[in-house]
Amino acid sequence: MTAAEPAALTGEQPSLARFARPALGLALPVGLAILWEIAVRMGFSDGRLVPPPSRIWATLVELAAAGELQRHVGVTVARVAAGFAFGVAAGTILGAITGYSALTRRLLDPTLQALRSIPSIAWVPLFILWLGIFESSKITLIAVGVFFPVYLGVMGAVVSVDRKIVEVGRVFRLSGAQMVRRILLPAVLPAYVIALRSGLGLGWMFVVAAELLGASEGLGYLLVDGQQLGKPAQIVAAIVVFAVIGKTTDWILSAAAAPFLRWEDRYGAKS
Amino acid sequence: MTLNISHVGKTYANLVRALDGISLDVAPGEIVAVVGGSGCGKSTLLRLVSGLDNPTQGNVALDGDAIVSPHEKIGIVFQEPRLLPWLTVAGNVGFGLADRPKAERAERVARQLDRVGLTDKANVWPRELSGGQAQRVAIARALIMRPEVLLLDEPFSALDAFTRVDLQDHLLDLWADTKPTLVVVTHDVDESIVLADRVVVMRPQPGRVFAEIEIDLARPRDRQSAAYDFAKRRVMAALDRSLERKATIDDRETTSDHGSAMWW
Repeated sequence: MTAAEPAALTGEQPSLARFARPALGLALPVGLAILWEIAVRMGFSDGRLVPPPSRIWATLVELAAAGELQRHVGVTVARVAAGFAFGVAAGTILGAITGYSALTRRLLDPTLQALRSIPSIAWVPLFILWLGIFESSKITLIAVGVFFPVYLGVMGAVVSVDRKIVEVGRVFRLSGAQMVRRILLPAVLPAYVIALRSGLGLGWMFVVAAELLGASEGLGYLLVDGQQLGKPAQIVAAIVVFAVIGKTTDWILSAAAAPFLRWEDRYGAKS
Repeated sequence: MTLNISHVGKTYANLVRALDGISLDVAPGEIVAVVGGSGCGKSTLLRLVSGLDNPTQGNVALDGDAIVSPHEKIGIVFQEPRLLPWLTVAGNVGFGLADRPKAERAERVARQLDRVGLTDKANVWPRELSGGQAQRVAIARALIMRPEVLLLDEPFSALDAFTRVDLQDHLLDLWADTKPTLVVVTHDVDESIVLADRVVVMRPQPGRVFAEIEIDLARPRDRQSAAYDFAKRRVMAALDRSLERKATIDDRETTSDHGSAMWW
């Protein structure tokens, strides 16, 4: 009973801060949108090339009413999800192996670093030749984009695990698998979450590239369609949707990881 | 279990000779303190005994069983607590008992935490502990495995003077429970005399045993007594000679010289 009391008391304060803090971050974009809306309404601009928020909203509503928006969003999210899954799996496994063993690092890392320096969009013609113009080539491109940050993050984190902590594992005579599970994985988890988040960010970037280069559905297709038919409101609407889903998925990822990182002792960590 | 260190030498890959011809036998339940100037290889010696490193000459054995890798009967406490930050205090203390049934583990962890006076910290993250508390958790994590030999590498050197004295007494109290063999590396002469039955003075480059001094004082030891003072001056004189410097301490002199206790 007594333990619940302080929690209930302090529960008030954070809920206020929970609204106040994001509100501050929203001030700039919302303010600019309102200013632009006013400018168009007052006739300072016709808003043809840069549509005001009301017109973008109307486009979104229209697309949603026709069921188009949901379909395009669904297709794009599915592509990112598939590409992200493959990229993360490959990046994690290869990153862990090259981080753990110096031999495989010397063997594999130079090649992977060389591949990394190729702008990933340059793969598109080849992927289309190899895999066709449908889903496989798009998902592969996204997976390639996701792979490198995850690979680098995992390898870097495993290599830089504190030798002193690893020695604790040795003192307790952990086997190789136990060492990975009980020492290395928990130790790299904070860096891994950051790697996943940058991987996801690149995943969203690459899905646009993939969809711009020939797709019949997806948010990227909405962009191309808007350009070709001269509908800037549709382009901006698609961009806004990208921003919202990108931010949301990133938030889901970090929220899902947060319970596992409560132990962290870092600048900016909430107690 | 008797710990035998025989003719142990360690030469690193860069040809630095850290240790040369160290021989030392430690009886079961004995407390040995290893002191010496910095760079005399005392920590290297401890790592060889722990099995974390291997000697390049000679060997270390526990009851005839050669130590080439960490041994279940040998525990070690490092200079830093080295707690795993992602485990709670209880999780850290029970780290070595992962293969035991949950009930047994919980019971032993609770008992060990009680023994080091940290029951109320069981569910706290290591980052929330003070230096002294963290080192007590590290000692608990080693002792819960019921080691026959516990190695301590300058365990209290990072702590303030009050906490250090406190933990020295606490360590002796814990030692009295099961009387494991203790090998304590320290650069604090007081610490060596409070704790040890025998003080091994090492000299540097390469590390060798310079002198062994029996400390035949009853426990608990009175840090103010004349006998304590005398033992301390013997150790400090040996240390001075081990560094081949002009003796600043006359071990027959009766006036104490507390200031020189911190000459390093």
